[in-house]
Amino acid sequence: MTTQTTQTGTPPRLAMSTDPVGDDCEVLVAMTAGTSQSLPTSPFARGLMPAPIPIQFLDQTGHRVQAFTDDYPEPAPEQLVAAYRAMVIGRRFDIQATALAKQGGLAVYPPSRGQEACQIGSMLALSEGDWAFPTYRDSMALVTRGLDPVEVLAGPRGNAHCGYDPMATRTAPQCTPLATQLVHAAGLAYGEKRRGRPTVAMAFIGDGATSEGDFHEALNFAAVFKAPVVFLVQNNKYAISVPLSKQTAAPSLGYKGIGYGIASEQVDGNDAMAMLAVLNKAVAHARSGQGPVLVEAHTYRLDAHTNADDATRYRGADEVEDWLHRDPVARLDAWLRRECLIDDAFVASVAQEAEAFAADVRDRLGVAPVVDPMSLFDNVFATPTPQLLEQRAMVQAELNAEEASR
Amino acid sequence: MTLTAAVPTAPATPATPEPSHVTMSGAINRALRDAMTADADVVVFGEDVGTLGGVFRVTDGIARDFGEDRCFDTPLAEAGIVGFAVGMAMAGFRPVIELQFDAFTYPAFEQIASHVAKMRNRTAGKVSLPIVIRVPFAGGIGGVEHHCDSSEAYYAHTAGLKVVTPATVEDAYALLREAINDPDPVIFMEPKRLYWSKGSIESVAAAETFDSFGRAAVRREGTDVTLVAYGPSVEVAMETASAAAEEGWSVEVVDLRTIVPFDDETVVASVRKTGRCVVVQEAQGFAGVGAEIAARVQERAFHSLRAPVLRVAGLDIPYPPPRLEHIHLPGVERVLDAIARLQWDDQPDTRFLSSAKANKGGAA
Repeated sequence: MTTQTTQTGTPPRLAMSTDPVGDDCEVLVAMTAGTSQSLPTSPFARGLMPAPIPIQFLDQTGHRVQAFTDDYPEPAPEQLVAAYRAMVIGRRFDIQATALAKQGGLAVYPPSRGQEACQIGSMLALSEGDWAFPTYRDSMALVTRGLDPVEVLAGPRGNAHCGYDPMATRTAPQCTPLATQLVHAAGLAYGEKRRGRPTVAMAFIGDGATSEGDFHEALNFAAVFKAPVVFLVQNNKYAISVPLSKQTAAPSLGYKGIGYGIASEQVDGNDAMAMLAVLNKAVAHARSGQGPVLVEAHTYRLDAHTNADDATRYRGADEVEDWLHRDPVARLDAWLRRECLIDDAFVASVAQEAEAFAADVRDRLGVAPVVDPMSLFDNVFATPTPQLLEQRAMVQAELNAEEASR
Repeated sequence: MTLTAAVPTAPATPATPEPSHVTMSGAINRALRDAMTADADVVVFGEDVGTLGGVFRVTDGIARDFGEDRCFDTPLAEAGIVGFAVGMAMAGFRPVIELQFDAFTYPAFEQIASHVAKMRNRTAGKVSLPIVIRVPFAGGIGGVEHHCDSSEAYYAHTAGLKVVTPATVEDAYALLREAINDPDPVIFMEPKRLYWSKGSIESVAAAETFDSFGRAAVRREGTDVTLVAYGPSVEVAMETASAAAEEGWSVEVVDLRTIVPFDDETVVASVRKTGRCVVVQEAQGFAGVGAEIAARVQERAFHSLRAPVLRVAGLDIPYPPPRLEHIHLPGVERVLDAIARLQWDDQPDTRFLSSAKANKGGAA
């Protein structure tokens, strides 16, 4: 009998290797730091209802605007600088993985270019002891969490279903059957609460998957058991080719929490500052024992569903062009520079770091992975059945014969 | 959405059942209690398992005696129940969940097939899910539609699941204790019509360890023919063996106990001894567990066989209305007919030589 143990692993984070600003801006940092550190943990001020329009802090040009509500404190400058750096590296990683998929180095890659603020915001809002329940499109988020990119890409690389250790990284396997992992997030979060641990589960879902039954069962279970889950809906407007208008008649996916008694919000998913502001508070709300939160992030999938998809069959170039102008990275870049929180030297060093990161991924994925045929029979059960042992012996004999005939 | 009106009401199980002459539902209740006492991580949940004690009263008194943290009602959503168990297992619990009736497990099938069964494998052994999914199954109780399915083949066909079904009161206790101790997910299929059968669990409840998984039990020894059965069909096989003895056939009955892991050794040893084999299952026959057993016996004991391995199974129909279920269910007469066809006179079976003869009916 094997007892299930939960490890409290510490995933390595991307270390902050560069001082973000030059001497000119030191004073400003000192002045802004610490102004937004106390996060109220009370329920969202409006109760369950999301704001009628998405919460936005930065407009498309990176200028600070008045958010619809003052419920959400502005994130600390350090967190915003970290978000900028992670978005630049994350985007470079994503572009690299897409290129590898097109070149045949990966069997497939579902990109998240354009969704950087969601990918990075979700992870920067979590603590190390928290859990993530990602989908196949959240590789950038996992890299941001500090997971080894080569382990993250093990699935499309073809050498494993899940290349990382979920218990050590507190990150569930990237989930392909839509919405099914959300119920696991509810169960884990409830279990952690029962154990007296302050764990929050961040559960990822796209707009299309909100039509799946498991999405609704997960919301209901999380609400009934007051499980500390943040459900993050990345509404990137398409489920492969099917647009949101054919997916739902709801005025906002954020409204889907209300019927379950879940505090809900909608946010500009291309505004990293707004994403962090809302998710920081959502995580704190869940952690405080007040139950789950649903956040809809309005964003856009700039690339096709995967490298095997042709997005020109279902949407026009002008639409994509329009969303390119809402670029989350450029928006935060503009604001951080204006606030003197970053400068040219920092931007250059981050770009360099991103290139090095991509080069490392490229180099390590260029080496063919070692796979062991005999491992097929491991981990079907803790102890193989007699039938599996017979099949194992058969395969071993085939391999031996093959080896002998060489 | 449970229709229990047509289902006979289970007699209330005493909170602490008498050690002797306990019912099968009482034995399962006792096994849950003993497992919960032995391990604080064991939790029981599902629909109606708390205050009510389950529609078959299998969890009677457990919420009262162990508290609502240990035994609790959930929203009515089977995929949610199974998925929630996956998450709780990842947090270190050992969930024992009840899915109220066989056909009500289908909404949870994706969770079971894509996650419960595969998690250990897809995480290279890093995540194990010690979950027991209890499923009251099969018919013979006059249940209305969707309450009497035999769904074991779906699970047995899914790699990564252990599939267990007790045929005796003693086994109901021992196999459930072993299932809860097991590091892998177990589909524990409880034959509904045996819930009120009686037996003693005194000796088995005193056991320190349980090791019946993958070990079929020879319930009756014989020399002429082997009947292989599991769950609700074991009783039919035993009655058939008694009736066959009157006609001069010495019948051996093998009770699989666990469909997965499958005990080739015991089944094949029995057939090598008797030279003849009939597989009995209540589920519809086509592509069922019985077909797998027949194939395995012929692959492994061909030279010991004096006749083809025959199957006696439910008809290939959706489960019939209560007033017709007796025609669907394999009974003693149908099994005896199959035994009679085992080429005792060493002449070929002509049943399938012409369509006219094939249409005469009888065991298929």
